[in-house]
Amino acid sequence: MRSRQNSDLINRRAATPHTSMFLRMLMRAAVLRRGRAASALLAMVVAAAVATAMLNLYVDVQAKLRKEFRNYGANIVVVAREGEVLPADALEKVESALAGHGLAVPFAYVVARTSDGQSVVVSGTNLDQVRKLDSWWSVTAWPNHSQDALVGTRAAAVVSPQGKPFDLSFQERTIHINPAGTLRTGASEDSRIYLSLQDFENWTGVQPSTIEIASSGSSEEVNALIQKLSQALPAAEVRPIRQIMEGEARVLGKTRATLAAAAVLIIATAALCVLSTLIGWVFDRRRDFAIMKALGASESLIGGFFAAEAAALGTVGAIVGFAVGVGVAAWIGRVNFHAPVVPRFNVLPVVLVGSIAVALISAVLPIFLLRRVQPAMILRGE
Amino acid sequence: MFGRLVYESFRRQKRRKLLAGVAITLGVGVATAMIAVATDIGDKISRELRTYGANLIVTPQEDTLDVQIGGVDLKPPSDGAYLNEADLPKIRGTFWHHNIVGFAPMLPVSVRVSGDADAKNLTLLGTYFSKRLTFGKEDFATGVRITHPWWKVQGAWPDDNSSDVLLGESLAARLGRKTGDEIEISGQAHRVAGILSTGGAEDAQIVAPLALAQQILGKPGAVRRLYVSALTKPEDALSRRDPKSMNPEMFDRWYCSPYVASIAYQLQEAIPYSRAEQIRQIAQNEGTVLSRIKGLMLLVTLAALFASALAVSAAMATAIFERRGEVGLMKALGAGNVSVAALFFAEALLLALIGGVVGFAGGALLARQIGRSIFDSQITIEPVLFPVILAIAVIVTFAGSAMAIRRAVKFDPVYALRGEA
Repeated sequence: MRSRQNSDLINRRAATPHTSMFLRMLMRAAVLRRGRAASALLAMVVAAAVATAMLNLYVDVQAKLRKEFRNYGANIVVVAREGEVLPADALEKVESALAGHGLAVPFAYVVARTSDGQSVVVSGTNLDQVRKLDSWWSVTAWPNHSQDALVGTRAAAVVSPQGKPFDLSFQERTIHINPAGTLRTGASEDSRIYLSLQDFENWTGVQPSTIEIASSGSSEEVNALIQKLSQALPAAEVRPIRQIMEGEARVLGKTRATLAAAAVLIIATAALCVLSTLIGWVFDRRRDFAIMKALGASESLIGGFFAAEAAALGTVGAIVGFAVGVGVAAWIGRVNFHAPVVPRFNVLPVVLVGSIAVALISAVLPIFLLRRVQPAMILRGE
Repeated sequence: MFGRLVYESFRRQKRRKLLAGVAITLGVGVATAMIAVATDIGDKISRELRTYGANLIVTPQEDTLDVQIGGVDLKPPSDGAYLNEADLPKIRGTFWHHNIVGFAPMLPVSVRVSGDADAKNLTLLGTYFSKRLTFGKEDFATGVRITHPWWKVQGAWPDDNSSDVLLGESLAARLGRKTGDEIEISGQAHRVAGILSTGGAEDAQIVAPLALAQQILGKPGAVRRLYVSALTKPEDALSRRDPKSMNPEMFDRWYCSPYVASIAYQLQEAIPYSRAEQIRQIAQNEGTVLSRIKGLMLLVTLAALFASALAVSAAMATAIFERRGEVGLMKALGAGNVSVAALFFAEALLLALIGGVVGFAGGALLARQIGRSIFDSQITIEPVLFPVILAIAVIVTFAGSAMAIRRAVKFDPVYALRGEA
């Protein structure tokens, strides 16, 4: 087996073009000890993949979780100042400021009277949008016809206990309403009746006084949006819903901090794995080192050789690992958030530099330790 | 002989053993810390989610309709039914009282402030700030400072037993009052303890101790609404069922699970003539956010376990690979494959146990540190984790060594002794 390997080696050596000795040594080292080189590369790839996945997740998790937090509904509210109404183009202005990164829903309110003289709050809104904005609303059936209404459970107990149609009057004008479904939220919505904006305006002539906005941006983007809207709508008060914003910021911050701690631990473990594998690999080749030294190679040449080898290993490992890691992050995103984590290419240089640095450390460290040992000792097998 | 081989191996090869041992210790430490954090993260995050405020509301059963737009009551707040303040401490006697983080009663009354140019009725909201209550032998504090953590006060929070008040931000600006000023409410002078900013309707209201609101209303002990903040379990198939349709056994299981619906049911039992309901905006969303974060940490923990298993395997493989010469010598002296493998496995076992114990202790410390620095509270380590971690450490070390041991055992002693690899 040995001799066959040797003749194989001679043939291949004759066949290869005469590249520089340095490059050839690098190539041969990888080819001749395929098994160990492969296991070193594997360790490198896995470490780079894990690091990439963790960094990618860390960068992307905020965007992913923010989407979940938008289920809490609006984080900004625009209210007409007392005694004023929102300008007719307010909703358009809000929507252009949002530029598709969120949802804006108008609400109009009046206090109407039932046929037996009870006061009840009636709201006109865009029901399709509300359904998206306030996903926690528990509704038996959403209205889809004209004059169909969504009646809060407590309001329903007063105005139409059996679910029969009823009349409401506002400033001498009466509307006949058909309760399509009941609404349960546990908050003030339970005492209200919701109509489509069109029915509401035809009946009362009252314009929306409130716009609820769910902006999906970061807290800086939300604050910038509030600034922009306050300037665009001087007749209205634009304010953040602190309850939602602060809760979100707190939970997001804690999650990110935990993830960062996890990332540091995992990346350190992966680096350790590479370190121990590579040190073993280089240590194992102390005979190569001794032969090179015995043949008169200078210490810097040997150091350069092992360093170049390590750098090549680090680069290949980092690139392959990056691809694998992006895949892992995308998979985690799909499993957990039902949306893949977007690859962040600004993570690549970090992973690349980190991998090469770890590889260099683990190549140079054994050389440094072996520096003072006489080549003869190593060649004798001691 | 076998024992001596193992002993000598550890005595003579301190450096190698130390390297492998350090790798195992670090791997186990990271795994322990991550598992501890991942198992506790649900609890920690659900506490953080309480910053969203109350998830349950208790109202009188015979309540009239709220006529409220944008948080402003349009109905004279004096009519309607009330809860009794004396019943509130009974919440501490419910089955899930440990899960109830806090509660805050609310009583809006309409008042006039002298010197107000607009001279219209203002809402004064009576509540607990951080009121000390006793139930049985238990002494506890509760109020809006717990249930409404986003309320910010410039100045100081008033004492619950004083008659000092907080002024909402926009109201204070309109009236031109600041902290320390006097304000005359319904003919009585009160000190402004601080300026309140909530981002909600309270910004245009006066917030005062509950007793003051009751005194103005002339109804001692009256409470209009009660906000309760409770730690709950996310909804599942059981919690969505109607408790009335359950058989007794299922009902017991439902009653003894901290679902938001079962806590509401128990609140209703504790407070007479009340109706408790979940605030769906808060209660419903908690579950999804929680499960996403838990899922994320679970997957990350898997990644951590994978990385540490790999690190341990790599260290073990390297350690064994370096000892081919020894294997050759043993085999040349007549040792069988089994006894060589047994020696290596025994060494691996010893390393795994030592590394496992030290790593577990280190990991537990690490988890505590993470808990303290991120969540300001301890992360509890289940003692049951110890044998599990130790077993994992042994299995991973064995698995990592197995390949290398097999290769080492198969190696021809002649080459090994000649020093060729």
